[in-house]
Amino acid sequence: MNAPAEPAGAVVYAPASGLLGSVWLLVAIPLASAVILLLLGRRADRWGHWLGVASVGTAFVLGLTYFFQLRGLENKSVEQSLWDFIAVGDFKVDFGLLFDPLAAVFVLLITGVGFLIHLYAVEYMAHDEGRRRFFAYFNLFVAAMLLLVLGNNYVMLYFGWEGVGLASYLLISFWYGRPSAATAGKKAFLMNRVGDAGLAIGIFIMFATLGTTQYDEVFNGVGSLTATTVLVLGLLLLLGATGKSGQFPLQAWLPDAMEGPTPVSALIHAATMVTAGVYLIARSNPIFSANSTLQLVVASVGALTLLIGCVIGAAKDDIKRVLAWSTVSQIGYMFLGVGLGGGAYALAIIHLLAHGFFKANMFLGAGSVMHGMNDQVDIRRFGGLAKHMRITWLTFMMGWLAIIGMFPFSGFFSKEPIIVAAFERDDWTAWLFGGAALLGAGLTAFYMTRLFVLTFHGPKRWTEDIEHPHESPKLMTIPLILLAIGSVGAGFLLSTSVPEWLAATAGLGGHEEGHEPVLAHWLITALSLLITVVGAGLAWFLFRTGTATEPQPAGVLVTAARRNLYTDAVNETVFEKPGIFLTRALVFLDNRGVDGLVNGLAAAVGGGSGRLRRLQTGFVRSYATSILAGALLVVAAFLAVQAGWLA
Amino acid sequence: MTELKLPSIDYAALAPILIMLSAALLGVLVEAFVPRRLRHVGQLSLGLLAVLAALVMVILNSDDRLLTAGGAIAVDGPTLFLQGAILVLAAMALLLIGERSVERGGAFVAQAAVTAESADDRRQAESSNGATEVYPLTSFAIGGMLIFVAANDLLTMFIALEVFSLPLYLLCALARRRRLLSQEAAMKYFLLGAYASAFFLFGVALVYGFTSGIPGRPAGVDFATIHAAVAESPASKVLLFAGMALLAIGLLFKAAAAPFHVWTPDVYQGAPTPVTGFMASCTKVAAFGALLRVFHVAFSGAAWDFTPVLGAIAVLTMLVGAVLAVTQTDIKRLLAYSSIANAGYLLVGVLAPSKDGLSGTMFYLVAYGFSVLAAFAVVTLVRDADGEATHLSRWAGLGRRSPFFAAIFTFLLLAFAGIPLTSGFMSKFAVFAPALDAGHAWLVVAGVLTSMVLAFPYLRVVVMMWLSEPGESTPTVTTPGGLTSAALMIGVLATLVLGVIPGPLLDLANGAAEFVR
Repeated sequence: MNAPAEPAGAVVYAPASGLLGSVWLLVAIPLASAVILLLLGRRADRWGHWLGVASVGTAFVLGLTYFFQLRGLENKSVEQSLWDFIAVGDFKVDFGLLFDPLAAVFVLLITGVGFLIHLYAVEYMAHDEGRRRFFAYFNLFVAAMLLLVLGNNYVMLYFGWEGVGLASYLLISFWYGRPSAATAGKKAFLMNRVGDAGLAIGIFIMFATLGTTQYDEVFNGVGSLTATTVLVLGLLLLLGATGKSGQFPLQAWLPDAMEGPTPVSALIHAATMVTAGVYLIARSNPIFSANSTLQLVVASVGALTLLIGCVIGAAKDDIKRVLAWSTVSQIGYMFLGVGLGGGAYALAIIHLLAHGFFKANMFLGAGSVMHGMNDQVDIRRFGGLAKHMRITWLTFMMGWLAIIGMFPFSGFFSKEPIIVAAFERDDWTAWLFGGAALLGAGLTAFYMTRLFVLTFHGPKRWTEDIEHPHESPKLMTIPLILLAIGSVGAGFLLSTSVPEWLAATAGLGGHEEGHEPVLAHWLITALSLLITVVGAGLAWFLFRTGTATEPQPAGVLVTAARRNLYTDAVNETVFEKPGIFLTRALVFLDNRGVDGLVNGLAAAVGGGSGRLRRLQTGFVRSYATSILAGALLVVAAFLAVQAGWLA
Repeated sequence: MTELKLPSIDYAALAPILIMLSAALLGVLVEAFVPRRLRHVGQLSLGLLAVLAALVMVILNSDDRLLTAGGAIAVDGPTLFLQGAILVLAAMALLLIGERSVERGGAFVAQAAVTAESADDRRQAESSNGATEVYPLTSFAIGGMLIFVAANDLLTMFIALEVFSLPLYLLCALARRRRLLSQEAAMKYFLLGAYASAFFLFGVALVYGFTSGIPGRPAGVDFATIHAAVAESPASKVLLFAGMALLAIGLLFKAAAAPFHVWTPDVYQGAPTPVTGFMASCTKVAAFGALLRVFHVAFSGAAWDFTPVLGAIAVLTMLVGAVLAVTQTDIKRLLAYSSIANAGYLLVGVLAPSKDGLSGTMFYLVAYGFSVLAAFAVVTLVRDADGEATHLSRWAGLGRRSPFFAAIFTFLLLAFAGIPLTSGFMSKFAVFAPALDAGHAWLVVAGVLTSMVLAFPYLRVVVMMWLSEPGESTPTVTTPGGLTSAALMIGVLATLVLGVIPGPLLDLANGAAEFVR
């Protein structure tokens, strides 16, 4: 594809050399660990979890090394082709890796936060007999996720995409004894398949129109596509992204996925996998930037989802589900960011990184609370835990202040720029997106404060069986403390260094100065801080004395929010029921329809010649009838084609 | 009166076919003259040796591109590739057929004629060694398939069809356990197979009629004549299209495409499992080999006309296979519906009228054959005192009892589901990409969507094996003998290797992807 004269701005990747030639180790080490843990079986039960932790830790150290290597290079995008995956005729797919600034920050997030969560899980899963299996799946997930972000073409991305989906399915259903866990696993699987189908078809379209799936060749070739092709391609990629990232209309699986063990929720359903959709769009930015309608759709999905997440999050009482809906909502902010385009791509990535820290922190904090409270998850049954769980309380507080965007915690530095960027659009949509982002900030402050206050403050509302909630052991609190430090400090560091770093990534460098915001910059900042304080204050005021422990009658909006805004009902009607009906109809036709017709005739003619005969000859006859019917149809169709009716 | 001229015959090019058929005849003699206790070893070695010798001949012939036996047989790239595929897969199937340590006396009954469920029948189920006639029958079937993919006229093709079908009907009836089910399956397969053959033959007659009247060319059913006739025959096109439809029906029946798939679940379930594996892999290769040749060589001029109809059949096949697989409760029936859906994906490849489409389809056939044989090999191992435990509920918790085999089966199911880094992903890619190139986006969309549906029943089995507690009735996996282990390992390794490094086989298929006319 590389034309002799590269046009200005073309995407060029340098070959990997030196130390960077071993980037593949990042994927290979966790994968090898997973394989060892699965193959050795019970023999590895005693030390298997430490192998799992060590493999991710090693990957993190390696990732850091590669990161510093990359800093010293001129062309910060190095590509390594391991082998020709397919190379026949027009087929050319490279089994290759791409290590560039975007991939590097993801590698550090996945392995860094992943390492802490692995460490935490050693203790959290200590009493579970399936701990070794758990760590095997966990490592498998890390390997697949790293493959997803390190691949140098869409097929590799698809491999990782399927791999994380599979690992997530296995991990959600990990506690298979609970029917709800099994159902949630299935739901996650099915909804992800809808998204995956979009991604797969998108990749096929790339192949058909551009003849390649390599990132550089695709991005350089986007200019040659028609606007419609770009739109269709982008929408399909977006469908894939919404499925993986729990965005409208495929958001329903994510909160249900909380049935899995808490470290899973923290790693997969908060910090890493669910952000794969954001990665996909950021990586494909040359495609999305090529069509403004496409960007508008992405931004709308983001804005809509962030509000949906906030509204439902405010009505839930399960600590993990509130956090899950807040994840949906925060990823909505990231989608809004990548949809705004230009410099906002980097803002979305910053928010993604900051979110990885504070959300993992809060999920692990929630796990710590559950650990001390006999696996209770209902926030109406907590209260006053601050005294009993000092470390969990303090670290959770850092996460809480970060997510609501309070100055100077990380959320402030990562979310506020997205709100400003939303106001920078040059038409009325500035008000729409900016307003949604601002309103979302207020709602987030409200429901997260509700969660925090009900859990840690106010009177005790514990169930009878709990006497002394205890703080979690060191192995659990140390990761909490480290993540809390990240929640405090990361934001400022990220917002100053990351945009420049990311600028070297294909397409993310074009930071054109946006339009002037429709409101003054300082005014937006002040407004967002004000609305945050108001939301948080309101929640503190309402819930400082606790809440009823029974469900209360509620108005239309709250009831709707409790029922996930009826999206489950919609899913059931639109996807599930027709599916079930189709299956039943086909089964009926296959077993009964043709059969019944023939048997009915036989019964009428032969006067009920007995069951035996029917068993012995009825089936073949009915099969033959269906073949004959099919044959008549096929012959008729051929003749119809010949007569020109169909062709 | 013209002088009778004998056609020239290239014996070297025909050697694979001749070797297999001679081995089959020799097998009949062995059956008659060799003492009973030596027959099993003798027959198995004879069969395997013949397959190996035939394979060597295929490799030696690999540069042949010729017509021989008066134009009745074409030895070209696709022929050699598919013959090689059939022989390799048949060798694996023979290993499964020859296994006797999993079940005493093997998977086959000693005397099929004893009334099922009678006292004699129960006695022979417990004690006697299985019939060794299965080996010559299998060799005949393999020989027939080798001719089938090489046949260059419709009559040769028809005879080859019968040569490989008749032994298969018999083989289906020979299961040691569940005799009634097995006999019923054989009966159904025979009746419906004969029925489908009649369609095929009728189609041959109509096409023959269509070829008459081309100036300067006698009527005939060889593919070159048909090709010429499609372009310039003055006869009514009704003859052509009706004939083409009937031929397609005969072939689609063997390929298990909807709505001609109805026999598949019953026969796959009733037949002895090694034979089911043989049918699912080798018969599929043979049937699609013939479909490829008929539609790419003989009728290529009418591609515009047959594509919509066959495309609709492909979509229907994928849909029926995928949707019905969801509700299956028997592992063999589940694999049968999966095999039906795979026939649909293969049809997508057949309809892509390019070199890539041809090579992609051939790659798919090989990859699928390896995986499906390995899957049926695992099925033969999950058993209790009454034979194989094929009901899915019996597989619950198998991962706890036998993690190794459950892991292997999981891997195979993931390959069927088309998860990347397995051959299943590569093969779907190899047929869908050329279909898109050819502008058949609707087929690809249907293919991707149905494979999403189809992933569900596979994953259901995976979840059942790993995430359910083993019940009282969960059987353990029998330790396989050397033969089954060998077949299983070949299948699993091939599934892995073709998924990770598919390049060499794709190259081979691509190099072979040109028919001689």
